[in-house]
Amino acid sequence: MVESVPLSWRLQRQRYNLIGTRCATCDERFFPPRNFCPSCRRKGKIEPFQFSGRGSVESFTVIRVAPSGFESQTPYAVGIIKLDEGTSISGQIVGDVTRVEMGKRVRPVFRRIREDGKEGVIHYGVKWALEG
Amino acid sequence: MNVAVVGGGATKMGEHWTQSLRDLSTEAGAKALQDAGIEGKDIEALFIGTMSSGRFIGQEHLGALAVDEAGLTPIPATRCEGACASGSLAFRKAYLAIRSGEYDIVMAAGGEKMTDIKGPEAISALMGAGDQEWESSAGLTFSGLYAMMARAYMKRYGLTREELALVPIKNHFHGLKNPLAQFQFPVTVKQVMESALIADPLRLLDCSPITDGAAAVILVSDRVAKRFKNPMWILGSGQASDTLALHNRKSLTEIPSSRIAAEKAYAQAGVSPGKIDVAEVHDCFSIEEILAYEDLGFAERGKGKDLLVNKETYVGGRLPVNTDGGLKLGHPVGATGIKQIIEIMRQLRGDAYTQVKGARIGLAHNIGGSGATALVHIFGTEPGGRHG
Repeated sequence: MVESVPLSWRLQRQRYNLIGTRCATCDERFFPPRNFCPSCRRKGKIEPFQFSGRGSVESFTVIRVAPSGFESQTPYAVGIIKLDEGTSISGQIVGDVTRVEMGKRVRPVFRRIREDGKEGVIHYGVKWALEG
Repeated sequence: MNVAVVGGGATKMGEHWTQSLRDLSTEAGAKALQDAGIEGKDIEALFIGTMSSGRFIGQEHLGALAVDEAGLTPIPATRCEGACASGSLAFRKAYLAIRSGEYDIVMAAGGEKMTDIKGPEAISALMGAGDQEWESSAGLTFSGLYAMMARAYMKRYGLTREELALVPIKNHFHGLKNPLAQFQFPVTVKQVMESALIADPLRLLDCSPITDGAAAVILVSDRVAKRFKNPMWILGSGQASDTLALHNRKSLTEIPSSRIAAEKAYAQAGVSPGKIDVAEVHDCFSIEEILAYEDLGFAERGKGKDLLVNKETYVGGRLPVNTDGGLKLGHPVGATGIKQIIEIMRQLRGDAYTQVKGARIGLAHNIGGSGATALVHIFGTEPGGRHG
């Protein structure tokens, strides 16, 4: 993950609040947001779309050997979350990694993602928690 | 315009603490020239693949560096990047440049120097092949992305963990005689199953290593090919793209870009999957070799493991795959595509380390990232295919 204040700042709305986009022409929803509909192309009409963040685990893994910036968090579960409103997104699944299963329901939780060293910024965003 | 490969060479795959990317690329280039029996001055242009030299060694502008170090200035030199498919991408650009009529003799090369930085930094650099804003930020790694594909595939098709281990077992066995392999030891199911978990369900022996290495091949037009012995002809070349992020794919149990690149290459070559005598496929992680069998048309969906269980993809089987040991035994990401093509070249001219008897048509499959870029090349001992 690139250490960048502007990048994190630019993505705050999406990462904090799960605001994606929707094409008003074909109703396809995008998270991460796309600002150009790949299906309707120039006939598409993109508008903001609020995702609930609720969904289910499409697949997942437990990272034991992490990239730089995440070493202290291992082992941690990461999954592809199939969102109820359509589309899927990668995200960490918090809690006991042994309880994660494909198909389980999840809800979004606001968490610290990582820190850029002692004096760098702290990145926040959405992770997912198993329901129930 | 038909195009042939007339020579190639690679460095040993490994952790080359005493050598820089300059040294490695020059060594590979010199070996390729030697193998083709030509001089550096015969080369009209260079295309070089490297995935992330900027992250790995802080060095961009690899085209200029390579021709400078090799004493080949002022020939045109172009860097090509398509993550782990950068090598094949450079190869395809070289092929298209000759087909365009611009050149008769071109070098396609690839190189990566991955061990100058620490492991976590290298893992992070490799994640540059994924979606930086939405996959890397979740703490994902490439082993993690392929682990999610493996888990989805195992659930959908009933592949067992032990069956998945058959991929590294075969490839380690094939690599035993390859002097350029990073590792030369056999592995057992027990060893695979007891190797460290990297990203569940993938273990250490399922993963390609961090590797330093370079490879180069010489491509020539049919105008000059008769000057060379044993030319290997390019019959088909296909390339396709897909979403950068795995989470945007409709299915986690296939790589559509591989299938589409293969369909293009088969159509151009005028051959079907059943005609392939030997193949190199992109086994960056064990699951990907099984996906490749299915995407390339070697097996039906969900049946890829049968080729391993029945030993059909061993040397001596119906369709030997990764006869040099594949990516398991060295994956210097930018060089891998070229390294694969060198193995097919050796197989077709009959001097491979583990030779497939009578191999006449070979295939090389190289993908970038989790399948956002895919290239498939088909080669033959005789010219063929449509090259307009």
